[in-house]
Amino acid sequence: MTSPASFSTTQSNSTSPTALIIGAGIAGIQAALDMADAGFEVYLVERSPSIGGRMAQLDKTFPTLDCSSCILTPKMVDVGRHPNIHLLTYSEVVQVNGQAGQFHVQIKKKPRYVDEDRCRGCGLCAEACRLQGHVPSDFDARVAKRSAIYVPFPQAVPMVYTVDPEHCIYLTRGVCGKTFKCKDACPEDAIDFDQTEQILEVDVGAILVATGFDVFDPRRKPELGYGLYPQVITSLEFERLASASGPTAGKIALNGKPPKRVVFIQCVGSRDTNLGIPYCSRVCCMAVTKQAHLAHDRLPGAEITVFYIDIRAFGKGFEEFYDRVRREGILYRRGNPSEVLQRGDHVVVRAEDTLLGELVEVEADLVVLAVGMRPRKDADQVGQMLNLTLDQDGFFQEEHPKVRTVESTIPGMFLAGCCQGPKDIPDTVAHAKAAASAAMILLTQTEKEMGAVNAAN
Amino acid sequence: MLQIESQPFALDHDLFACIQCGKCTGGCPMAIKTQLNPRVLIYRLLTAGNGYDLEKHEELWDCTTCGTCFSRCPKEVNPMETVIALRSVFVEKGRVHQNVKTALESTYRHGNPLTLPREDRGAWAKDLSVKLMSDGAEYLYYVGCSPSYDPKAQKTSRALVRILQRAGVDFGILGKEENCCASEVRRLGELGLFEMMAEDNQETLKRLGVGKMFTTSPHCFNTFSNDYPKNGVEVQHYTQVLANIVDNDELEFTSKLEKTVTYHDPCYLGKQNGIYDEPRAVLKSIPGIKLVEMDRSREKSLCCEGGGGRMWLEGTNPGERLAQTRIKEAIETGAEILATACPFCLLTLDEAVKLLNAEDKLQVMDIAELVDQAL
Amino acid sequence: MAFIPRVGVYICHCGINIAATVDVKAVAEFAAHLPGVVVSRDYTYMCSDPGQALIKDDIAELKLDRVVVASCSPLMHEPTFRATVAEVDLNPYCFEMANIREQCSWVHEDGMSTTQKAMQLVASAVAKAIILQPLQQRQAPVTPTALVIGGGIAGIHSALDIANAGFHVTIVERSPNLGGHVSQLHQTFPTLESTADLLNPLIDRVTHHPYVTVMTEAEVTEVTGYVGNFQVKVRQGDKTTEVPVGVIVVATGFEVFDAHLKPELGYGVYPEVITTADFEQLAAGEIWGNGREPERVVFIHCVGSRDQSVGNPYCSRVCCMISAKQARLVREHLPNSRVTVFYTDMRAYGKGSEEFYDSVRQKGVVYRRGNPSEIIRRGDLVVVMAEDTLTGEPVEVEADLVVLAVGMVPRSDTDVIAGLLKLARSSDGFFMEAHPKLRPVDTAMAGIFLAGCCQGPKDIPETIAQARAAAATVMIPLMRGQVQVEAAVASIQEELCAGCEQCVEVCAFAALQLHPVRGVMSVNPVLCQGCGACTSACPSGAISIKHFTFDQTMAQIDVLSDFGEPTIPTPKVEAEEVAI
Repeated sequence: MTSPASFSTTQSNSTSPTALIIGAGIAGIQAALDMADAGFEVYLVERSPSIGGRMAQLDKTFPTLDCSSCILTPKMVDVGRHPNIHLLTYSEVVQVNGQAGQFHVQIKKKPRYVDEDRCRGCGLCAEACRLQGHVPSDFDARVAKRSAIYVPFPQAVPMVYTVDPEHCIYLTRGVCGKTFKCKDACPEDAIDFDQTEQILEVDVGAILVATGFDVFDPRRKPELGYGLYPQVITSLEFERLASASGPTAGKIALNGKPPKRVVFIQCVGSRDTNLGIPYCSRVCCMAVTKQAHLAHDRLPGAEITVFYIDIRAFGKGFEEFYDRVRREGILYRRGNPSEVLQRGDHVVVRAEDTLLGELVEVEADLVVLAVGMRPRKDADQVGQMLNLTLDQDGFFQEEHPKVRTVESTIPGMFLAGCCQGPKDIPDTVAHAKAAASAAMILLTQTEKEMGAVNAAN
Repeated sequence: MLQIESQPFALDHDLFACIQCGKCTGGCPMAIKTQLNPRVLIYRLLTAGNGYDLEKHEELWDCTTCGTCFSRCPKEVNPMETVIALRSVFVEKGRVHQNVKTALESTYRHGNPLTLPREDRGAWAKDLSVKLMSDGAEYLYYVGCSPSYDPKAQKTSRALVRILQRAGVDFGILGKEENCCASEVRRLGELGLFEMMAEDNQETLKRLGVGKMFTTSPHCFNTFSNDYPKNGVEVQHYTQVLANIVDNDELEFTSKLEKTVTYHDPCYLGKQNGIYDEPRAVLKSIPGIKLVEMDRSREKSLCCEGGGGRMWLEGTNPGERLAQTRIKEAIETGAEILATACPFCLLTLDEAVKLLNAEDKLQVMDIAELVDQAL
Repeated sequence: MAFIPRVGVYICHCGINIAATVDVKAVAEFAAHLPGVVVSRDYTYMCSDPGQALIKDDIAELKLDRVVVASCSPLMHEPTFRATVAEVDLNPYCFEMANIREQCSWVHEDGMSTTQKAMQLVASAVAKAIILQPLQQRQAPVTPTALVIGGGIAGIHSALDIANAGFHVTIVERSPNLGGHVSQLHQTFPTLESTADLLNPLIDRVTHHPYVTVMTEAEVTEVTGYVGNFQVKVRQGDKTTEVPVGVIVVATGFEVFDAHLKPELGYGVYPEVITTADFEQLAAGEIWGNGREPERVVFIHCVGSRDQSVGNPYCSRVCCMISAKQARLVREHLPNSRVTVFYTDMRAYGKGSEEFYDSVRQKGVVYRRGNPSEIIRRGDLVVVMAEDTLTGEPVEVEADLVVLAVGMVPRSDTDVIAGLLKLARSSDGFFMEAHPKLRPVDTAMAGIFLAGCCQGPKDIPETIAQARAAAATVMIPLMRGQVQVEAAVASIQEELCAGCEQCVEVCAFAALQLHPVRGVMSVNPVLCQGCGACTSACPSGAISIKHFTFDQTMAQIDVLSDFGEPTIPTPKVEAEEVAI
């Protein structure tokens, strides 16, 4: 039933000043909304099936303990229905030519194999799928499993199901039993395996790169036991466990058992010249403080310890939040644990407590590694495609580290959010807005020049 | 074994607020010469899980309760109160130094820690025509144990009485009805006895209709103001009363006192209650006096090591006594007189002068004595 | 013809946020029987696309004219749902929310009484919804100019961006020069470039920009008006100018903590003790202490920050890096010097900062963990008394120069500016942003925005990002030329109004004025925030707030009291058993 891959190409020539934003996490979303509200046309391209990015993966945000999706979804909804935003999800930028004011961009719309206009987001296809409960969910940091047809999370924008081409039995093997279970279940007849990739070509005046970050893979520090002991997880995995919309509906438990002794370890994959990662990932001190609070809230009576080197609670309300969390009875011990070992049915964290000058062993049923922020795996390729320079840490290089952090080394291309370096949410929002400002100036000036040119002709 | 439940203790005393910055230990006058380390103490309690053995912690008795730690802690943790609470664990088991036992028992029985008879408490004022509070007066002058019984300290109370009479202040004393304020009792960790005595004392005040009072000792002042339950009585230290009198020009000096004087801020007056200016104002009002300041003045004043029950624990730690260091500092300023406003400071500093054989270089006197000399 | 309401009720589960403690199905079932209700549904996430689709489809098919959503706080999603109903041509003010999350499911234990409370809240919302009236949001025109208060690095960047976007900007700077605190710095971390090299070109650009008017030695003395239409009075010398603007950016900066407030550190007493701010001045020349080249230099962190004993519990964010930079400078200029930095937590969090911290230690600066307690004199040196918390011992470090890393505090005239612009302050005393995560430059006052350290301590890149963010945000109304005016504002029933002006006294927004001819009050709908103070103050009941009228509110109260004795559901704070 496969048809030969064919590209259909659509051309779009907008006459109003237009920008392209690559990446629709909070940075891309914020920049898009600001520019669209000001009257500019925006192409917002997101490679995953839904916008929302990392922020959608968080449970609560520090220091206010706002529910992350609660403060994010209104913006996501605004993006989805804004008349000036062309939202292209499950799409990727494949080529960029031209220069500031006149970029010519090729965008690849990957086939979802689901008709976006018909899908109502009911989810019956996912329930029926033969691989229900078998495919590790990236959104859930792989602590949960989904079907081969899925939405990443329940408040996805757009709320359209997508077939995962790497796992779908039909797409990988050519046949899926006698009938398509998904198609049979769909009341709107929205599933269409004849869909093909589409190429969209657009002309834009400015490009904002808001591609975000990945997290450190703690298997690079095998002495901490990640991947070896089930009790050792990353902070991102913890976030999904703690999340009300996550796989355990917010219950912090491993194999159904809530832990009694939780140990958090800071600076895993940051501040580590041994690993070639000398920089600080900026958010983990506060993220762990928040997670320690959540653990304390959800696991009454649990002993919670945070091993740290320096607590970087630098932002507005951060120190006060750190004060509050300590007063709840969470113990902060200064020392960077050297190893995690097995002991019976639990693990033991070995560290020097540098305030006592003594070696300590803390027993734990759950160890959470505060993994650092890393440039995205494909930052190299994106950089090459856009001709952007990477800095020595692999993030996109800004034009000047003090006074021009939203301008990249390529005129007309701007950087927004963590793709330029680790940031928390308020810093990301400010940075994205600043990038939008720079882009709007460029577009306004380009428009004036074009107007002058047109008038002269 | 002196086991305590460290987790509930830590939560009750807000120890989790501590960020282990070390400011307390860095300013603790006893940390330099003893094993006392407030920061480590707190940390051990925090990291002990749910049981901590206080057995080896004799250094708890080295704390003078000067309050420097609490006055500087950026997270408002109170290591001093933590030490007091831990002392009470020892006290409950009767594990205290014999001198302390004696002092506590005496306080209970005789109303003073000096094992002297209750009936003699008002004797120091016999010849001064001081009325009793029971005869009615605007102010209660709460004298305190040392100024009632100790000959050196009596000079302060007698001088003060003369000054107040000259200034026409209407005051009375309790005489033998006066009981120890129990400040040291509390600081030694005998919290039960403290509560009992505080209740008794407040009953006495109520019965006599006391509305305003002032004390000789900053310890009494502090405990009536801050430890006793609020009862509407206005409490002052005598330097505040004198400062007011001096400010209103209600005192006539008849002679000059041409002396260089330096002032030692008592911990319970200065650091703990912020009263730095009034004693100085009083000193400066004395004609002829030249006031010089030590480097360690006001907030940095060096504790004399008399508080926290240490009057009864002399010699229990090695190293030079803080009072001796203080005398040297005073002499360095070129002062002839070291003035202070606390009977404990007075006695400890005076003894230090003797130990250093410096009687010819420096005299320790209370402010009241100096004012009295110029009247 | 009498109006017959057709109400749709939607109970949101919000995942487990509501559904864990409230029986949402029972609430939906209950709501179905309320007067006026035509349809009642429950759904996992009402704010999601399918949730909204439920509402839109019902409005179209069932001809609903009022909608009630029982979910989270209106602060979260009221705008979302208003826009949803507007998409299918239902007036957005015919929509009402019942907060059964922040006010119910999140604050009570699971149980019958919590579900009952949710039902009561829904019934009350329905009763109000029935008598809601459609309202029209107005548009107000926007004067296409901006005012930037403060000409430091934040103000300069906001102004440049706004001007580059084509709008006239006036910068009002109270001192004779632009540049603010940055101009007092010698070099900046981590690049160690000269600040003058960074700042002067910027000052040059902004001063010569054709769209920027710079007023130095000038002060804003009065601000009246509202978003899009502010009238600002600026005094320069003895001359006062009126500047009409559409938007205002507040970039008034900060002050440095006064180290005299920590007397135990000896600032102002010992000449050897200076602050990091003083150091910057010295660094431009030669580093000295007490008239000679210092050999033993000690830096002390967190002076006036992270310190409840002086009422400043917050972190000042930049001092760790400033003192690192200065420590390194000392080692570079005075290779024979011994430099010690006393710290509690080393906050080198920014891009390049950790690496810079590494380089500073490599240059021979010794970091000791401990917050010094006091400084005393010893001969011709001073001694820093601290505990080294990593060795667990008290230490005395002699020094001939001590540098106190003083924090940032709000300007002493913050009250004045706050009064002029009706700005709120956060608990740390800096100006309060509209939302700490997602709205870092907005304030609660429409048309007024924040940039830079006046909102909280920041370093230079963060300040510039926020200043440009403020510029982006003001570009929106400037480019559109108009703003939406909230319709839920006060309205006067003229025949009841006696013109007594008691309402004026309680109005914090100067939104009420006595009409000179008619002798009755009139409301400025753009200034009015709909707070309701005037409504309670009016002795004749002549004022009501649209969308919160007396009848609408009484309908809510009547329904609640119809439920009889209130059952008090268990609050989560103390878990007590409650007999139902």
